[in-house]
Amino acid sequence: MDKLVAQYTRPPHQNEFYSEQEQRALTETLPPLTLKFDLPPLDNSPAFLRAMTDDHSNPDCPIKLAHGTTTLAFRFQGGIIVATDSRASAGDWIASQTVKKVIPVSRLSRGEDKPTDAPTPGLLATLAGGAATEIRHKRRITVAAASKILANLTYAYKGMGLSMGTMLAGMTPQEGPALYYIDSDGTRLPGNLFCVGSGQTFAYGVLDAEYRYDLSLEDALQLGRRSILAATHRDAFSGGHINLYHVKEEGWVHHGFQDMNPIFWQTKLEKGEFSNVTSEL
Amino acid sequence: MTSLWDNPSQAETVGYSFHPSTSGSIREHSFYPYTDNGGSTLGIAGSDFTILAGDTRSVAGYNINSRYVPKVFKIGGDEETSEGANIILSVVGFAADGRALKERLDTIVKMYKYQHGKPMSVKACAQRLATILYQKRFFPYYVHAILAGLDEEGKGALYSYDPVGSYERVQCQAAGSAASLIMPFLDNQVDFKNQYIPGSGEGLALKPKKQEPLPRETVEQLVRDAFTSAVERHIEVGDGLQMLIVSKSGIEEVYTPLKKD
Repeated sequence: MDKLVAQYTRPPHQNEFYSEQEQRALTETLPPLTLKFDLPPLDNSPAFLRAMTDDHSNPDCPIKLAHGTTTLAFRFQGGIIVATDSRASAGDWIASQTVKKVIPVSRLSRGEDKPTDAPTPGLLATLAGGAATEIRHKRRITVAAASKILANLTYAYKGMGLSMGTMLAGMTPQEGPALYYIDSDGTRLPGNLFCVGSGQTFAYGVLDAEYRYDLSLEDALQLGRRSILAATHRDAFSGGHINLYHVKEEGWVHHGFQDMNPIFWQTKLEKGEFSNVTSEL
Repeated sequence: MTSLWDNPSQAETVGYSFHPSTSGSIREHSFYPYTDNGGSTLGIAGSDFTILAGDTRSVAGYNINSRYVPKVFKIGGDEETSEGANIILSVVGFAADGRALKERLDTIVKMYKYQHGKPMSVKACAQRLATILYQKRFFPYYVHAILAGLDEEGKGALYSYDPVGSYERVQCQAAGSAASLIMPFLDNQVDFKNQYIPGSGEGLALKPKKQEPLPRETVEQLVRDAFTSAVERHIEVGDGLQMLIVSKSGIEEVYTPLKKD
């Protein structure tokens, strides 16, 4: 009996309530997820945003957003390696040491947002675009197409004050391992190897020296890890943990989210690197 | 901040229409819609509960304007009694923005309940809060929000946000003016950062102490200690401590007085 009652009981007023559209009109000025943003009542809203949030040009700005990072991705014989640190800083305050900067866009490809504030909506739009393509064409979106959707989106908001550097990595039957760099200026570049963020130069230093396309998986993972380690060592805005992913045809594999400190001491004591640091007092 | 706009040679200045520059010294007023109302908030998640706490002082500059302005709110409950709420939100920064944000989230959570006939999960609410904040990416709410509740398994859930909606699930989080005083204490006492098992080895062989959820009495005491200490060293924190505790039996509110100087 109870079961029957439960089955036929509906929340009160479910059908006599406001329609979804009326509700939207009541609850907010804009429907959610339209990517239409509230703007300040000014002619020059980017200047306002910069004055309020850009701690680079104005260290006393009132709103400090979470920034900073080192991330890298490179193509090699066995797919793509993606590695990141996990630090987010707001001015000189470390806002978090456990940020997940790699965002799986689908089971097969991955988008990766770095020195961003709130990264997801851009990728979300890419994802939505990807899903639509999947339905329309009955096959998975290519990395080239997905990256173009994202680049078109960032280009549409050029100069508005978005801040993001993204690498989109994936492997499709048509393309093989594919890697694209997209940033908030609207830049979109295909390539073998990218490092992005405040620690990019330090990561490039290690990555460029040791990179070869025919690296074994083991060596490739080690190189990714070592490049991020170098960046955490010399860039104050990078640190925390080292996050490693391997993207291959069948999908992605996570290779750990490890504290950088033990890795650093291991590298120093067991391999004799980082001789600039003394372990004795 | 003001110095940025005091310089008329600045190529890009904020457009301001109702104060045309007159002859003499050119002075343009800036559009500055924010005030920092100070204070601090703090959240800690346990195995079957979450605590969100905030001091109740409200300041503007060096003036203390009120000794009781709550920063922690119940979301999605009855208008007067807050009955039926199972999510709490704390906002610190600009109190007016905080209020507006709370009202907006509260309405959305209620609408969700009326429409779907079940309460919104914390996970869904957390994602929705991020979209609300990001909607104002170009004119941000001046707030650091923390959202708390119980997840699908009944475990304590805590989400921390930046002003434009970048968020992360965390074990503990401090926000606001005394965050830099409280957070290091929490790292050590809740996450056991830099704590090692005594005698487990030397140097690299030392084993870090494993993080585990703390019992409720311990967490409540940690929160009180964090705030009494912050009051001693930060001018914007004090007067009272408002603590909301979510558990499966509902939301409990505890108020503890703090020093009023």
